Amino acid sequence: MYETQYHRAASVEEAARLMGEAEDGKFLAGGMTLIPTMKQRLASPSDLIDLRRIEALKGVTVDGRTVRIGAVTTHYDVSTNEELAKICPAITNLAGHIGDPQVRNMGTIGGSIANNDPAADYPSALLALDATIITSQRSLPASDFFIGLFETALQPDEIVVAVEFVAPDKAAYKKFPNPASLYAMAGVFVAKSGDNIRVAVTGAGEGGVFRLKDAEAALAGNFSPSALDSLAVDPDVLLSDMHASADYRANLVKVMAKRAVAEISNRPM
Amino acid sequence: MGVEGIGARVLRKEDKRFITGKGRYTDDMSVPGMKHAAFVRSPHAHAKITGIDVETAKKMPGVIGVLTGAELKADGIGNLICGWMIHSKDGTPMKMGAWSPLATDTVRYVGDAVVIVVADTKGQARDAAEAVDVSYEELPVVVKTAEALNEGAPQLHPEAPGNLIFDWDIGDEKATNDAFAGAAHVTKMDIVNGRLVPNAIEPRATLGVYDAGEDHYTCWTTSQNPHVARLVLSAFYNVAPENKLRVIAPDVGGGFGSKIFIYPEELICLWASKKTGVPVKWVADRTESFLADAHGRDHVTHAELAFDKDNKILGLKVQTIANLGAYMSLFSSSVPTYLYATLLSGQYDIPAIHANVKAVYTNTAPVDAYRGAGRPEASFVLERIMETAARELKVSPAELRRKNFIRTFPHQTPVIMNYDAGDFDATLDAGLKAADYEGFEKRREEAAKRGKLRGIGLSCYIEACGIAPSAAVGSLGAGVGLWESAEVRVNAIGTIEILTGSHSHGQGHETTFAQLATERFGVPIDSVSIVHGDTDKVQMGMGTYGSRSGAVGMSAVVKALDKVEAKAKKIAAHLLEADEADIEIKDGDVRVVGTDKSLPWFQVALAAYTAHNLPSGMEPGLKEGAFYDPSNFTFPGGCHICEVEIDPETGVTEIIQFVAADDFGKIINPMIVEGQVHGGLAQGIGQALLEGTHYDDTGQLLTASFMDYTMPRAQNLPSFNIMTTETPCPSNPLGIKGCGEAGAIGSPPAVINAITDAIHNNNLTMPATPQTVWNAIQAAK
Amino acid sequence: MAKVELFVNGRAVTGEAEDRTLLVHFLRENLGLTGTHVGCDTSQCGACVVHVDGRAVKSCTMLAAQASGSTITTIEGLSPNGELHPLQVAFRENHALQCGFCTPGMIMTSVDMIRRHPNGLDEATVRDQLEGNICRCTGYHNIVKAVLDASDKMGKGAVKAA
Repeated sequence: MYETQYHRAASVEEAARLMGEAEDGKFLAGGMTLIPTMKQRLASPSDLIDLRRIEALKGVTVDGRTVRIGAVTTHYDVSTNEELAKICPAITNLAGHIGDPQVRNMGTIGGSIANNDPAADYPSALLALDATIITSQRSLPASDFFIGLFETALQPDEIVVAVEFVAPDKAAYKKFPNPASLYAMAGVFVAKSGDNIRVAVTGAGEGGVFRLKDAEAALAGNFSPSALDSLAVDPDVLLSDMHASADYRANLVKVMAKRAVAEISNRPM
Repeated sequence: MGVEGIGARVLRKEDKRFITGKGRYTDDMSVPGMKHAAFVRSPHAHAKITGIDVETAKKMPGVIGVLTGAELKADGIGNLICGWMIHSKDGTPMKMGAWSPLATDTVRYVGDAVVIVVADTKGQARDAAEAVDVSYEELPVVVKTAEALNEGAPQLHPEAPGNLIFDWDIGDEKATNDAFAGAAHVTKMDIVNGRLVPNAIEPRATLGVYDAGEDHYTCWTTSQNPHVARLVLSAFYNVAPENKLRVIAPDVGGGFGSKIFIYPEELICLWASKKTGVPVKWVADRTESFLADAHGRDHVTHAELAFDKDNKILGLKVQTIANLGAYMSLFSSSVPTYLYATLLSGQYDIPAIHANVKAVYTNTAPVDAYRGAGRPEASFVLERIMETAARELKVSPAELRRKNFIRTFPHQTPVIMNYDAGDFDATLDAGLKAADYEGFEKRREEAAKRGKLRGIGLSCYIEACGIAPSAAVGSLGAGVGLWESAEVRVNAIGTIEILTGSHSHGQGHETTFAQLATERFGVPIDSVSIVHGDTDKVQMGMGTYGSRSGAVGMSAVVKALDKVEAKAKKIAAHLLEADEADIEIKDGDVRVVGTDKSLPWFQVALAAYTAHNLPSGMEPGLKEGAFYDPSNFTFPGGCHICEVEIDPETGVTEIIQFVAADDFGKIINPMIVEGQVHGGLAQGIGQALLEGTHYDDTGQLLTASFMDYTMPRAQNLPSFNIMTTETPCPSNPLGIKGCGEAGAIGSPPAVINAITDAIHNNNLTMPATPQTVWNAIQAAK
Repeated sequence: MAKVELFVNGRAVTGEAEDRTLLVHFLRENLGLTGTHVGCDTSQCGACVVHVDGRAVKSCTMLAAQASGSTITTIEGLSPNGELHPLQVAFRENHALQCGFCTPGMIMTSVDMIRRHPNGLDEATVRDQLEGNICRCTGYHNIVKAVLDASDKMGKGAVKAA
């Protein structure tokens, strides 16, 4: 790792100010991606501004079916939130299977979405849940927030404060992990609220997380796994590497989508 | 058997320090003034070095020294060598290319060391290493095993035209051809055994300390064989004479073969310590381990197996290309030859065998012994082709094997080995029963109802362990003898120290070796200590690899115990005024049989050291040494059965059950043997399902971290169902065969046989990842 | 340089380190707590697991400066009075270690796992929850046994105490 300067911010305002003063700063939350990247000397921020201890960014609040998750809430804290599990078990389940237990103890939802790794889990959930991302400067829908591989709408000094969404009637997330890294090789989040069905895919897309609109259309008329039998996932827009060819990923996307729908169909919520 | 003697499940004496964080590994060592090293490594798989500019790096903060290969050469440090001579079938010696510890004019794989930087901190050393400017002129690259011998393939070493290191034959070609001429059926297969990265969880590390006052070097290192390291560092690399070099291998965090060899880093850090005047420590990071540890396996093979009309085997033909990487590592040449082709007879009576092995250079990391070393490759060839033959002949795979088993011993195979003992029916029967092999078809049908593909596969392996008789390996080209030494020191109050040249890096020697003394004298195991891993404490030894610590290392201890026992009896007979033949040592007492006359053990020991009343002419003291040179290899064998269920939608393989029925001969501590089997199975199953090493066409290692190279995790494996049968080994005093590698040798073919049985497509390479299996299922549709 | 203040194994410690210093290196090199190991560079192997404010964390993926102000428990702090922790006992009794290098991380992870599963564990859960720790020696068979054994004994102990 190259030498850097560590700062601990006590408030969102202080964090933004520190970033403004830094030559080439980076915000640090759980650090589960940034620290390994720095260790490999692939990132060399002059300054690190630690957000993890800012109280205002912590915690899950549930108000009726409206959910707000603070940006530095850890995956572990999301996965074990009982109120949240009651109205949206898909999201607690997803959080409970990110990385490994130690990653879940440190990693945060804000860090995950700000990094927008194409194989991260949360982006698919936020896109399928039509979530709102609240930053230090504005609110914007997930569909405008996620732009491409490791790319978001965030400005350099803009900080993710929280994400908000209304719990859907039903939802499920199924992922097929890369056997080595445990990141998603194909993860599919399906959310259903009345007739509104949204399907989002992570881990597979060449341009990062994306909505699988063909699947949404097929499920609109017939919300059952068999509705996806004839779904054709286009391998041309999918990643291809030594772990999984685009054809194999296309198959996984379809299989995971069917399994998510099956899980939703088989349980009350 | 006492509660702490031979055969007892004694809990490990060494565990206390490991479970409390008090283990002492090389990276835990610190000496005053110690500094840190980083290596500049080649980013290219093949290139000419056109210039090395170290001036900027030398001026960086904290930098103490920046040293190159030219300086190393100027100081007379020698090239790295392979210590096992193989002759090609035309009689010419193997073609060993020069391997400079720091490359001076050509780099031949990504990770080849070029410059060492020594600085105050590891971070500073790395910062400065990045500032070293090495100019390269890139050369064409050959990576793939099967392409190294192609006409026009890029040439690695001038010493080895066409990249061919040797073209070696074993067995009788004419007899084998004759046998095939009369065959009723011939099964033919192309078989790839992919490359593996050993990945002991402790990365390699070394601390080199030069003491100018004594003109003496100390080397702490992650070694399986510190004495061999000292020998090679002294005799071949000219670091220092043996009496001026102490090598210490303290706690070592796993080896699996990868820590047998002497690597550039150890000798460079010793040399750099003298050059810079400071102790120099280097610890590999994981990516360096991937790039620069010796890899394992990497064979491409064509095999043919001939049967008569009664399904008896007539002959076996094998042609293998073995990839040794960019340079010949210390024992690399022995692995695809005498550790591989000599095992091709397996458990079967095969009248004629001929094998040809061509070893080649490629622009990849050097390849050498990795758990099993040659024997997993042999058992994979033979057990895959046996299972395939059974399918072609439409007979039970178990029965085809049984029909061809060797049943009389000793048995001379056509490929050198003389099997001394075994009972292959016993392990097969035990395995079949434990796996409920008979009931499998019902389980297959039940799984099909759930949409799953279920399959079962067998493997009946044999291996040669306890390497090895020195004269035998000497005649086959080994540069060293493969005996072992031991010393048993009984202290004046009866406690015992056993010094051994074997090295424990997880095998539990501190417990099992002590069990031998406990068994012999009935002393509590806590009064017995094992000393190993330090050339200043233990006299010459050959170290731990090839499942040899039990069969060879313990046998040396037994010989030394024999001598101590004989002397103790003489002393006791003298003190008790009895006949020496009537003395027995039992439960911590030395008694005259049939009388009530006895002495506690410690009094005999004390008498040996007070020396007030010893038999006339006897030297004081109670300490004996012994060397043991085995009379034969040992031949563990067994039957492994794997049952899998495959999700046809994703290609995911789940191991439903894994049965291992092994014959290890006599067992000293069943708990430790079981642990060895579990670990071996995990590595074999890892190879079969998960672990793939990928270089791209330019020679960049794509799987250079745990993010891309799949290490077996707990969730990838089942609990194992293991058992042992016992035919004692007649070639050593304890009847031990060895157990360290069996799991890794027997399991890969069992897994692949099971998967190919489930998916009805026999064309499947390791690792059978979900993607590979899914593709094979699609291809079979 | 960063000032690092920690409460490690029951003791307040302060030190100075480069800002880039990882927690694991601070523990090993500044505090001499070499029981915590480094086995990889990518947060996969788990040899470096310690508890930070009561939770299992990979100390190779956290800066010492980031941890400043926290309470840390390392393998050396698991048996403060010399009496082995039930997991340490279970690892030995079940032969759940061979070379010992991954063992501290395995034990610290397992302590956290048992804490998070007060109603007990089954084999599948233990295997799943060990996904952040790699062992090359044992094939996990005996590690899984040891964790189940300790979970059982600690659970029973808790019932008795209640």
